[in-house]
Amino acid sequence: MAKPDSALLTRKRATPLRWETLLVIVLVASVLLGRVLSPVFLTSANLANVLADLTEIALMALPMTLIIVAAEIDLSVASVLGASSALMGVLWHLGVPMPAVIALVLLFGVLAGLFNGLVIVKLNLPSLAVTIGTLALFRGLAYVLLGDQAIADFPPGYTAFGMDTLWQSFIPLPFVIVMVCAVLFTVLLQATAFGRSLYAIGANPTAAAFSGIEVAKIRVWTFVLSGAISALAGIVYTLRFTSARGDNGEGFELSVIAAVLFGGVSIFGGRGSMIGVLLSLLIIGILKNALTLDDVSSETLTIVTGALLLASVLIPNLVARWRALRDRRFIAKSASSS
Amino acid sequence: MMRHTSTHAAPVGTPAAKRHAPRAGGLLGALARSRETTLFIVLVLLVVGTSLARPQFLNLQNLRDVLLNVSIIGLLTAGMTVVMLMRHIDLSIGSTVGISAYAVGSLYVAFPQMPVPVALAAGVAIGLVAGGINAVLVAVGRVPSLVATLSTLYIFRGADYAWVHGGQINATSLPEAFSRLATGTLFGVPALALIAAVVLFALSFYLKHFRAGREHYAIGSNPEAARLAGVNVERRLMVGFLLSGAIAGFAGALWLARFGTVDASTAKGIELQVVAAAVVGSVAITGGVGTILGATLGALVLGVISIALVVLHVSPFWEQAIEGALIVAAIAADTLLARSVAKRMMRKRDHG
Repeated sequence: MAKPDSALLTRKRATPLRWETLLVIVLVASVLLGRVLSPVFLTSANLANVLADLTEIALMALPMTLIIVAAEIDLSVASVLGASSALMGVLWHLGVPMPAVIALVLLFGVLAGLFNGLVIVKLNLPSLAVTIGTLALFRGLAYVLLGDQAIADFPPGYTAFGMDTLWQSFIPLPFVIVMVCAVLFTVLLQATAFGRSLYAIGANPTAAAFSGIEVAKIRVWTFVLSGAISALAGIVYTLRFTSARGDNGEGFELSVIAAVLFGGVSIFGGRGSMIGVLLSLLIIGILKNALTLDDVSSETLTIVTGALLLASVLIPNLVARWRALRDRRFIAKSASSS
Repeated sequence: MMRHTSTHAAPVGTPAAKRHAPRAGGLLGALARSRETTLFIVLVLLVVGTSLARPQFLNLQNLRDVLLNVSIIGLLTAGMTVVMLMRHIDLSIGSTVGISAYAVGSLYVAFPQMPVPVALAAGVAIGLVAGGINAVLVAVGRVPSLVATLSTLYIFRGADYAWVHGGQINATSLPEAFSRLATGTLFGVPALALIAAVVLFALSFYLKHFRAGREHYAIGSNPEAARLAGVNVERRLMVGFLLSGAIAGFAGALWLARFGTVDASTAKGIELQVVAAAVVGSVAITGGVGTILGATLGALVLGVISIALVVLHVSPFWEQAIEGALIVAAIAADTLLARSVAKRMMRKRDHG
């Protein structure tokens, strides 16, 4: 028995292709595809569109990555966005000054996330079930606050922020917020004790608790971050479209989760990187934009999101199975030859 | 065996154990009953409370509306229950309903003389294809069902949009006989509700009295143990997703009969409503626990609330917030209840 095992060990194996490397290749390919499909694609106005369309999804994908790495999920993000947008409109109409409106809306996001986190941790409930509930609850709050009205008379200084680009470049100002947050969250996940405990919790929560990680506290924090960033996304969305509405961002949660999973984060937790998620966001944004330029309707494009998501899990699964099969055959062969 | 010995031991056990002595059928049976009983009481309270506040609530038209609204959601919830019992989820049903409704409508545009059973069978067939894709992805491709069905949610809906392209099927294209599925009644009960009831009863019977049905529960309680006990987990998973797909396809045909007008966005987002109904109906998202009766009661409770709000002149904008609060409350209550039962069983084991 020892012989085939050692043979297996000494056999040269191709280093497994990292998912991030694959994503870089896909990213380059999708830029080339965009260039081929449309001469407009690489203009700075169009690149600004690509980034602007990504803003809210990208923001919410950052804390979602932390949550999924810790083997939880937050389906309520888009509803927090909608409720924040509605709250923003209502507060502004009540005559609250804009800086205070923004602070209060962010506070609402923190409280919404805290609610999710505490219900999940204190009652030890599955986050999938709880956040399906709060998905309806927070979206309902948005409708209760604003009904089917839209509030659009925000001060021009703030709405200009939603439209302008940074120093006449192709980077929209709201996307600067995304970049800053992306850097912060990358550091948080990949270079701090907090981030490492998320991987530990995702891999094995019991083992994590026994090694002294405050599992409950950390879980609550990830949901608080998710709530706060979703509220921020709500503010940005409202200013970008100059419209506070209850149904803002409806259905975004699935796009956010799709982007995170395509980025190589395992739905079972414990695996994945922020770089992968950022690459995945860019790929999805570019592919959608390129195909829209090619006159494919945005609803039809959901096929692309679905296919990418499926491929991100199916391909590694099939590769792993094929490798296992090959190794088994190799062991059988070396056993019979010895 | 363990349970038998402890039931016999209970009468001679400690007073604590005696106080919590179970009725026949064991504690788990009592627990299942109490979940459904609680739901039933909630339902009755809702109806009685609303009727006291607004006596006009209790008229035939409202009852019929509730039944019509709940029939389709109830069917979908039952399909979802089979999947959720095995710790899985099927998010793609909304897209399947949409594409099936449009497909059956297009068939009627092409063949106006198509008999009704053929139309329903076509819906089921489309659902089986959709469910089959999910089944293969989950059982063979080992893709987690949340990911697999989230993907197919997008893919089916995208395919629907690509095909429909802003088109619409109108009630005028449908023959009278088909629309009567929704408008017709038998002894005053809408035909749609009767069809739903038959399917729900059959599913409930399958889950309760068939070996295969019990295996769905076994897989959800402990997939590894089920496998070791000789359950063909992959086959049961495939059956579950095929059932859920077939029901979604069938529901699509019924949707067309009920609403008449169908476009590419038909039934969009309905999957979360269905999961909500199942969760309110005490089907555990963690698998192994739940019944078709409970799931149906969950769908009924949500359906009655939505009509009651209209009758009570509450702004319809409150509906979703109330639904959300109810879901959170239902899961919390279920967990606390299950935990107290588990504690009682532990105590009984220690003392009995």
